[in-house]
Amino acid sequence: MAYKWDFGVLYAYLNLWVKGLSVTLAYSAGTVLGGLIIGVICGMLLLYRRKWVTLPVHYYVEIFRCTPLLVQIVWFYYALPIVLSVELPAWLAAGLGLTLYMGAFSTEIFRGGIISIDKGQWQAARALGMTGGELMRHIILPQAIKRMVPPFVNQSIIQLKNTSLLYVVAVPDLMYTGSVVVADTFRPLEVYTSVGIMYFAILYPLTLWATRMEARVDQ
Amino acid sequence: MTNSVLTNSASTGDVMVRVEGLRKSYGTVEAVRGVSLEVHRGQVVVLIGPSGCGKSTFLRCLNLLEAPSAGTLQVGERTIDFGSGHSMPHGRALARFRARIGMVFQQFDLFPHMTALRNVMAGPVIVKKMAAAEAEAIARALLAKVGLGAFTGRYPRELSGGQQQRVAIARAMAMAPEVMLFDEVTSALDPELVGEVLDVMKQLAIEGTTMIVVTHEMAFARDVADRVVVMDAGQVVEQGVAEEVLLQPKNPRTASFLSRFHSTIGERKGPLSS
Repeated sequence: MAYKWDFGVLYAYLNLWVKGLSVTLAYSAGTVLGGLIIGVICGMLLLYRRKWVTLPVHYYVEIFRCTPLLVQIVWFYYALPIVLSVELPAWLAAGLGLTLYMGAFSTEIFRGGIISIDKGQWQAARALGMTGGELMRHIILPQAIKRMVPPFVNQSIIQLKNTSLLYVVAVPDLMYTGSVVVADTFRPLEVYTSVGIMYFAILYPLTLWATRMEARVDQ
Repeated sequence: MTNSVLTNSASTGDVMVRVEGLRKSYGTVEAVRGVSLEVHRGQVVVLIGPSGCGKSTFLRCLNLLEAPSAGTLQVGERTIDFGSGHSMPHGRALARFRARIGMVFQQFDLFPHMTALRNVMAGPVIVKKMAAAEAEAIARALLAKVGLGAFTGRYPRELSGGQQQRVAIARAMAMAPEVMLFDEVTSALDPELVGEVLDVMKQLAIEGTTMIVVTHEMAFARDVADRVVVMDAGQVVEQGVAEEVLLQPKNPRTASFLSRFHSTIGERKGPLSS
């Protein structure tokens, strides 16, 4: 017997979907922004030559790059409150994990952008008598930021998809909303297909835009 | 101090650069092994020697792009001692020291996100905090002087190598430096573009710019240099008036180095001579 698709039942949960979608978008925007700030600060710190500055940042980045995000989210949710002996609400624990994860990758993107600028640029600016701040602001950053944008947009796209992992700690994002609706309707095929379509509908235009940006930077 | 970019008097006498016993080592390798040098106002000193002899490293020590390991360096009135017990200037003091020394590099190193005009304005505006209008006037005059008056709006990628290098010279000159350092500035250029850059340098020399030039252009050394300094293995092996050093070298190491260039030194090109 062929399966009879019925997407109609999903309309009944419209306000749940809207809520789930906004949670997903809010987590994406919030953790991308937080990660960007961490990335700029830690990326700058990595440029210092002092080991006691760079080493902690290095380990922070590597710990978050070399452990699965799912493990991080679960760890922040279950273990961190015990370690700090404070009660962390689920939304905060989960958000913290996602933000630090994004921060680790942003740090690498920022550092990579800065060191990709030719050594000659640094020496020419120094030879003119620019201080570190002046050469960073007027010479290095204007060139480096252009190169940082495409990888940062790519990482943000990955980050939006990663928010679906919040599902495991019961944050009511798009994915979690899906599981709620499935429990109510017993229609996993329609529900998870729709969830996938919604992620795609948000991200596809973003990737197109990112590709255009990359082409522009390559010029 | 007057802004003497365009009218430099060629009075000799006062010492602009004095170097004593300068050393630079990387780990156990000593690239510069006790070099002393004195350059007077308006003088053109050309440094020659086989590649790897330490001449570029020495030049980069003069504006502290490389930190000397030992010795004394005086530029203008400012004297710095290096070695144990002395600390390199850093931060703003280091930047201010460099601001009075112009440098032009082998690879031009123009700022690719700025037009030729903005490149030349960069030093005065960013370092000296000069008003944009004033800096622009200086920059336009300098670009006209290096023959690029019609190219002010071009980006570096839209210019030939020779044009880029002339912009780089103008950029360094815009700071009205006390001395100009040239580090093999024609080595990365196609042969047909070398002349236009050397012509600009000759012009600067005639106008009395104090210059220290590392180059393999022996004809330039012969025609423009007040003094030629020969380096080998991190040391000065011979120095003196260009004609003497180039044509009658006393040191066998100079002679063997120069033997490769004799066809260039022998022929006389322009009427220009020092």
